[in-house]
Amino acid sequence: MVRKIEMQPVHRRDVLKFAGAGAVAGLTLTLLPGLAKADVAKTAAAIKKVTSGKTPKSGKITLELPQIAENGNTVPIGISVESAMTDSDYVKAVHIFAEKNPNPEVAVFRFTPGSGKASASTRMRMAKTQNIIAVAELSDGAVYMSKTEVKVTIGGCGG
Amino acid sequence: MAVKARVKAPKKAKAGEIFQVKTLISHKMESGQRKNKKTGKKIPRMIINKFVCSYNGNEVFSSDWAPAVSANPYLSFYIKAVKSGSLDMSWTDDAGKVVKKSAKITVT
Repeated sequence: MVRKIEMQPVHRRDVLKFAGAGAVAGLTLTLLPGLAKADVAKTAAAIKKVTSGKTPKSGKITLELPQIAENGNTVPIGISVESAMTDSDYVKAVHIFAEKNPNPEVAVFRFTPGSGKASASTRMRMAKTQNIIAVAELSDGAVYMSKTEVKVTIGGCGG
Repeated sequence: MAVKARVKAPKKAKAGEIFQVKTLISHKMESGQRKNKKTGKKIPRMIINKFVCSYNGNEVFSSDWAPAVSANPYLSFYIKAVKSGSLDMSWTDDAGKVVKKSAKITVT
């Protein structure tokens, strides 16, 4: 039965149905219906806060993410931003957002010229298949944005 | 829960070289979204929300974390070697508890 779930895109409703049948109860009982619902507007608001009204440019950011994440509990993510990282020209921060998580914010990486390289990686939770967005703030005030879709087989917000 | 922090950084580097630092800390990163199965009550959020790395007293890298960071957070980043000294990492959780770990580096 579990195999069957993996073969096709899993929707929250289906998962809950299965949970009711006791199939994957341990995993899904902890998921809160409703909280993880698509909230793209919330993400847009969170991004606006970071960009403070500026229109983000595209480019410069490289996002390293798997195309398909089997386990939404721990999805590796790596970011790097092209920059000379000198005292006058460096990347101040990179914000990571997950569009359809209960809360869009994931992490903020804050760099300094002493970082040498605007690159970092970590592991994140993803509730379901969604876009991951990275917003980079540069020292000259410019803002860049990049987006990647990751397919999630089993969501990871219930832990 | 015993908190175990691990830091992997080179012991030696050349001046100007950019080296990678990898860190791992054990923490359950309770997201605040889960419910206690028996009582139906929400388990309160308890995560590490801040990581800071200082190099000889200067903050060179930091990171703010939300509940979407996985349990037992892994983090890697880069530092430019300037001179010999110490790399001091600290992790702060929602309760204000701070875990520290340092690494020595010799710059030639």
